[in-house]
Amino acid sequence: MKADVSQAALPDLARIVDANRRTDLIMAGIGISVLIVAMSLLAAVVIDLIVGGWPRLINPDFYLNFPSRHPLQAGILTAWVGTILVMFVTACIAIPLGVGAGVYLEEYAARNWITDFIEINVSNLAGVPSIIYGLLALGLFIHGFGLGETILTAGLVLALLILPVIIVATREAIRGIPLDLREAAYGLGADKWQTVRLYVLPAARPGILTGTIVGLARAIGEAAPVITIGALTFIAFLPPSPLQAHPPFINFEWLESPFTIMPIQMFNWVSRPQAEFHINAAAAGVILMLMTLAMNGVAIWLRYRLRRQVR
Amino acid sequence: MPTSPSLSNPPSTAGSPIRASEGFLRRRALWGSLAGGILFVAAAASVFVTLGIVYVLITESTGFFAQVSLLDFLTDTQWTPVFENARFGVMTLVSATVTVAGIALAVSIPAGLALAMYLSEYARGEVRETVKPFLELLEGVPTVVYGYFTLLFFTPLLQTFIPGLEGFNMLGPGIVMGIMILPYTASVSEDAMRAVPSGLREAGYALGYSRFRVAMRVVVPAAFSGITAAFILGMSRAVGETMVVAIAAGQNPNFSFNPTEGAATITAYIVQMAMGDLPHDSIAYQSVFAAGIVLFIITLTFNLIGFFLRRRYKEVY
Repeated sequence: MKADVSQAALPDLARIVDANRRTDLIMAGIGISVLIVAMSLLAAVVIDLIVGGWPRLINPDFYLNFPSRHPLQAGILTAWVGTILVMFVTACIAIPLGVGAGVYLEEYAARNWITDFIEINVSNLAGVPSIIYGLLALGLFIHGFGLGETILTAGLVLALLILPVIIVATREAIRGIPLDLREAAYGLGADKWQTVRLYVLPAARPGILTGTIVGLARAIGEAAPVITIGALTFIAFLPPSPLQAHPPFINFEWLESPFTIMPIQMFNWVSRPQAEFHINAAAAGVILMLMTLAMNGVAIWLRYRLRRQVR
Repeated sequence: MPTSPSLSNPPSTAGSPIRASEGFLRRRALWGSLAGGILFVAAAASVFVTLGIVYVLITESTGFFAQVSLLDFLTDTQWTPVFENARFGVMTLVSATVTVAGIALAVSIPAGLALAMYLSEYARGEVRETVKPFLELLEGVPTVVYGYFTLLFFTPLLQTFIPGLEGFNMLGPGIVMGIMILPYTASVSEDAMRAVPSGLREAGYALGYSRFRVAMRVVVPAAFSGITAAFILGMSRAVGETMVVAIAAGQNPNFSFNPTEGAATITAYIVQMAMGDLPHDSIAYQSVFAAGIVLFIITLTFNLIGFFLRRRYKEVY
């Protein structure tokens, strides 16, 4: 073909250009069709769930009933309450730990082998399968520390699971803060911690927030590590309320309570043979998807706004 | 400096240079080093998570390896942990894990490469910015939802084309998983492609290359380590993925590479055992951790290879 070009007259060149255009079109076509296939899968999942779960979705009892042996009376009350409580514990543990580690690695860490080791470790943790975290919880939190199959254990294991996500997001957000800002703060006499606390962290907050929401959205949908700690049981009661009428007005008994969460409730219903339970599973799936999609949506929107501000 | 009453804020003395009191400086230094220490502890906590995982996997399975020889563990082709005459050939679970992950990769490599090439070399900026959020949504769907979809929608659909397909099979979960990890593999390989300096592309164009040739002969070879990393990390995800296979590939240990059959993967086995209430000292309980070690070693190997490959392309450009 190269020989052709060097010897050829103009009409041949035009043919080559045409052929090139055609390959370009074909390649773009392949790319777009992959995209369409992926998007139709997403659409198929959403439509399949909504159609499958519709009879239960429109029934208010579904949201307010306890699980039951009778598919038509079973509801997701314990599951969504459990999800909210577990997520609260997860956020309380994962955010300070993750943001702290991210700040340390970006602002404080010296370039030495310890830092290198921590970095490799974080990136490896991000790839450890979620079920291995479940084994960690089963062996250490339950049989080692005796925490039991409680909300605290579940919150803790999900927090460890999303720790790498929050660390990476924090680091990226901090890396995006211009050096000038730090220099200006130092110039005013601030020391390192003041600079970080008063200038760097507030400037990085939107990015950190985005990463945190993405991490929590991932935790909401995770079933595997929580199944492993043995949470797949029939729970027909709510954890004790965190608020009470007499002083000190809040209590922490709910941390010790058995629980179930949305993805586990859904898994429970999918794995039953009766088709009626599959309707419940689909309906629970819709609610679960709404939860995660809403959180991801917020994160994407936040990032989009952030980018426009930077430009 | 003479001792002055300790002030939390530097006194504003007009005319003379502002000086922070010694007490203030001392307290500030104290808070600073305290904060630095706490931040270091937070970073070190991540190391303790890894140590915790390794510790648990090893201690909980020592009892297992005292009863089952490593040779049997690696060569036997039966996995029957709760039978009277229990046999523990982990390859039974590994075969299913490899089959499902292999199918996922067979879907994900060509599709991810095409998508990454399209996004990095063909699509305009606005198209890319619109498409990426949707890909992220695809990634955000809980895996238990994909499990439901695979079992009750996708497998029946496949059965109309493939009559011999069992209700629980490895093909359906493999394909769905391939599309599930697509956003990840595509975005990691796209990152690698975009990191290729545009000077290289321009050199290609100056030689009269078409876009396709620039992509295939310049960008892909230059980004090769990054693209390889994308698929190795994708493989690691497919191996560790749990809910899709636990729901749709069946929970029957089956030494088979036939995608139309159902078989329990390592992850599905762990889930299945966790659902029953196993006594802490039973060998079935310990076998869960033995299976976990295999899973951990496989994914750790892939992750480390992926990590160093990615680091390499970041260093080159």
